[in-house]
Amino acid sequence: MKKALTTIAFGLAAGVAFTGVAAAQETLQQIRDRGQLICGSNTGLSGFGVPDAQGNWTGFDVEYCRALAVAIFDDPNAVSFIPLSAKDRFTALQAGEVDVLFRNSTSTMSRDTSLGLDFPAINYYDGQGFMVNASLGVTSALELDGASVCVQQGTTTELNLADFFRRNNMDYEPVTFAQSVEAVEAYLSGRCDAFTTDASGLASERLRAPTPGDHVILPEIISKEPLGPVVRHGDNNWADIVRWLHYAMLEAEEYGVTSANAQELRDTSEAPGIRRLLGVEGNFGEMIGLDNNWSFNVISKIGNYGEVFDRNIGEGSPVGLSRGLNALYTDGGLQYGHPIR
Amino acid sequence: MTVMTPQRSFVRTASEEALPPPRTVAGPLAWVKENLFSGPINTAVTVLMAWFLFWIVPPILDYLFFSAVWTGQDGSACREDTTGREVGACWAFVIDRVNYFLYGSYPADLRWRPNLFFLVLAIGIVWMLWLDAPRRGLGAIYFFVVVPILSYWLLAGFPAIGLSNVPTGVWGGILVTIVVSAVGIVISLPVGVLLALGRRSHLPIVRLVCVIVIEFTRGVPLITVLFMANTMLPLFLAEGITVDRLVRPLIGVAFFASAYMAEVVRGGLQAIPKGQYEGAMSLGLSYPKMMYFIVLPQALRIVIPGIVNTFIGLFKDTTLVSIVGIFDLIRTVESARIDPLWSAPSVNYSGYAFAAIFYFFCCWGMSWYSQSVERRLAASEKR
Repeated sequence: MKKALTTIAFGLAAGVAFTGVAAAQETLQQIRDRGQLICGSNTGLSGFGVPDAQGNWTGFDVEYCRALAVAIFDDPNAVSFIPLSAKDRFTALQAGEVDVLFRNSTSTMSRDTSLGLDFPAINYYDGQGFMVNASLGVTSALELDGASVCVQQGTTTELNLADFFRRNNMDYEPVTFAQSVEAVEAYLSGRCDAFTTDASGLASERLRAPTPGDHVILPEIISKEPLGPVVRHGDNNWADIVRWLHYAMLEAEEYGVTSANAQELRDTSEAPGIRRLLGVEGNFGEMIGLDNNWSFNVISKIGNYGEVFDRNIGEGSPVGLSRGLNALYTDGGLQYGHPIR
Repeated sequence: MTVMTPQRSFVRTASEEALPPPRTVAGPLAWVKENLFSGPINTAVTVLMAWFLFWIVPPILDYLFFSAVWTGQDGSACREDTTGREVGACWAFVIDRVNYFLYGSYPADLRWRPNLFFLVLAIGIVWMLWLDAPRRGLGAIYFFVVVPILSYWLLAGFPAIGLSNVPTGVWGGILVTIVVSAVGIVISLPVGVLLALGRRSHLPIVRLVCVIVIEFTRGVPLITVLFMANTMLPLFLAEGITVDRLVRPLIGVAFFASAYMAEVVRGGLQAIPKGQYEGAMSLGLSYPKMMYFIVLPQALRIVIPGIVNTFIGLFKDTTLVSIVGIFDLIRTVESARIDPLWSAPSVNYSGYAFAAIFYFFCCWGMSWYSQSVERRLAASEKR
């Protein structure tokens, strides 16, 4: 029996990995030494991070992790995903278990400051919306006076809902549920007139209805949810890499550089912006500690922002979100890639 | 000389065929009357239960089999507007995702390793549980020593012999459920026995330590232990030192199960008559020998149902690790059903139905085994 216990103790000790304590400035070096990026990902959010039939993670945020791995290693598979719940995510990042979070985290002042985190970029502008039964004939959230609304309790969603109705001097009856799934089920079974959550979630929940056409998503967005990657405060170079990765993908879309034509444009294009973006001119990669081909690799292996968006959550995917606020600034959206020069 | 006289008396050579008992005393009708309608209360209960079964069984069968969808490539196969009829369970979804439910994100080309692990574990379990198996002592060594080492090498990797490392972050599904319960079971039995012995020890410090460990662990809900392990622990450790995310809840679960196991075993120890201890001591046996040869074999035999009961509880409690972000079966079901490719109304319930069936058969198997062992051990008490 003693022998058995010793064996077990050894087995456990082997599972305890001691990674060297390193200064905060060296995230990139740690990743290089380790040979792979460790990405804190979602435990499952439609279109943003879901496992496929073989358990490979796919989705919008997941592709950003892969893009980051490409920027560092030129290999979309040099990344491992640690799915984190909403409660665990920030402690896991602070404790150094993950290098970066790509998991639909809203950038807020308190998180940015008192939690010791940084939000280098916003890759998805979300906001809270409403879904109602089409038979009600409601076309605007302002017509919801007196409605009963299914909502998940204990979330900012619940708070935003109360704020919205108070601001507009309307009455409502909140019907709260511990789980988002329960709230959806209750709404679909006719327990409430409306259901509210983030707009990106509404679209995928609508697909769960027996006949999705019976439900309409109202145009009003009642809150601001800027979602983006999160890194630890204090490693500015690492934050720069994450930020410029996003900007490079936006610049690529703006200049019309796609995964299909990146190689061709690199060889032939005379446009200075494209030449700088694809690493033909300048040494922008070296400035952030990467190879000068970093953005070319990202665009040719993963794609530009628009491609990643369409493939995972855009109108070409089952989720079918429109670009909305996430259109490029040239199309009236908020996605504005800072110039690489 | 005998005079042949015509036979006057009748002597029966074969017995008359026995009449069947009255139908009210034996036979199916009597059984029904005896067991189902023996009095007004029993009759009422029978009618109520029959009505209940009639009310609940056909819809369940209909949902699980008759209106279930068995084949399909995506969620549209399980939607009413494409099938044109009411859709029950969407087994097409479960079939499509069965590899994910089994192994989680474990690399597809390395899945022979979890498969081999299941086999190694199954051999160990059968060897331990089959009471007439040959060399059961060897089986115990295999189960408590060989299986843990082999499993660790197979699942986590052992680069020296060509098994590449697989981080625990990609383990998932039934694999994780089984790993967590197996670790809990393998650790909790020996540790539980030691704690139980320690609690009954005459050495005050040993006793105090054991009492504190047992009572402290039992006094805290498992979910608290798991949250402490997965959310709080990283904050206490120095930056850069991390304990594997799967090992943390494993330790928590093992601790928890050990405390409960200790109390079960203590019950067995207390049931052994004092004469057994005194007899052993009068033979001059040392304390370890007395425990090993005389007391523990009897005590453990008494508490086998209790031990199995603890195992069943532990097996089901492992679903709690899903709350702290470990991808056990429940968590994989929950993340798979979110996939927009499979968005159909019945997909949610199909995943959970699959998990329910898995847990039911595992727990039912354990309880069936415990009952058969109980019957066997009770043989000495029967007249």
